[in-house]
Amino acid sequence: MVLGLEFPPVSHLVNWPEIAFEDTPLAISKVTIVYVLAVLLTFGFFFIAGRRARLVPAGVQNVAEASLDFVRESVIMQTMGPSGVGYLPFLTTMFFFIFFVNIFEVIPVFQMPGNARIAVPLLLAALVWVIYNFVGIKNQGFGGFLKSSCIPPGVPWWVLPLVVPIEFVSTFLVRPFSLAIRLFANMLAGHFILVTFALLCVDLFTASVTVVLLPFTFGLLVALTGFEVLVAGLQAFIFSILTAVYIGGSMHPEH
Amino acid sequence: MLLRLLLAVQEAGELETGLQTIGRGIVYGGAAIGPGIGIGIVVGNAITAMARQPEAAGMVRTTMFLGIAFTEALALFGFVLAFIL
Repeated sequence: MVLGLEFPPVSHLVNWPEIAFEDTPLAISKVTIVYVLAVLLTFGFFFIAGRRARLVPAGVQNVAEASLDFVRESVIMQTMGPSGVGYLPFLTTMFFFIFFVNIFEVIPVFQMPGNARIAVPLLLAALVWVIYNFVGIKNQGFGGFLKSSCIPPGVPWWVLPLVVPIEFVSTFLVRPFSLAIRLFANMLAGHFILVTFALLCVDLFTASVTVVLLPFTFGLLVALTGFEVLVAGLQAFIFSILTAVYIGGSMHPEH
Repeated sequence: MLLRLLLAVQEAGELETGLQTIGRGIVYGGAAIGPGIGIGIVVGNAITAMARQPEAAGMVRTTMFLGIAFTEALALFGFVLAFIL
C-alpha cells in the first residue's frame, strides 16, 4: 500500500506493558522507571554538587549554582520578590524533576515523557494547590484570602454578582486543573508528533516510489526532536513560574 | 442521496464512529482558533515592547511566557477533550 499510514490506537502509545509485579498496585512499567530515574537524577545532581562544596565552584557544582541563580533571578524575583526566596529549594527541585521526567521523551530506549500520563502532573498540581491555599490563609486569614482571591480590585459593585463566582471557580477549581493539563497535554502532544513522524518515516522507507520523500520527513523528525527538548525545558519553567505566581499572589494580595 | 449514503453506512455500524471522529476534529479545530490568535497578540506585543526597550527584555520575556501559558491552556483543554469525547 502506498502511503497507507497505519496509526496505532492512542492507548497503545502511552500504555506500556508491566515488567514486574503485574496486576498489583506496585506494578512497574516504563513510565514508573522513568519517574524513579528522574527522582534519582534530581537527587544525585544536587547531592554530588553539594557534597564537596567549595568556595570556588567547579564542575557539577558550577552547573547547580548557575541553575539556582537562574531560578532565583528569573522565577522568584520576577514574581514573588525578595520575600519568596524561601521557596527557592522547592521551586528548583520541582523545575529539575519535571525537566528530567520530560527529557526522557528524546532519550533513546525510553522515548516516553513520563508526564504524558496525567497522574504525576495532577499530583504536583494538587500539591501546589494545597501550598498556595495554606500560604494565603496563613498570611491573610481565611476571610481575607477568600476576599482577595474572589474580588479583583477596582471592580464596580454592580458587576460583583457576576465576577465573584467566576473568580472563585477560576481560582480554586480551574487553576489546579489547568496547571496539570498544561504540562500533561504539552508532553502528550509532543509524544504524538514524534510518533507520527517516526511512523511516517518507517512507512516511506518501506514504500517503493515514495522513498524520495524520506529525507524531508526525517529532517523534520530530527528538527522536531530538537523542538521537543526546548518544550521539555519550557514546560518545566512554566510550571515552576506559575507555581511562583500563585504562591506570590497568596503572599501579597493585589490592592 | 446523502441520507441514503448515511443509512448505508449506518447499516455497516460505522456511522457513530465516523461522527465521533468528525466531532473530535471540530472540537480541537475550534479550540485552536482563539488561542492561536491570542498567542499571536501576546508575542507580537512582547516583541514590540522588547524592541522599544531592550533593557527590559528579560522581564518582558518572563511575562510573555506567562501570557502564552495562560492562553495556550484553552487550546490544550480542547486537545484533551478531543480524546475524552
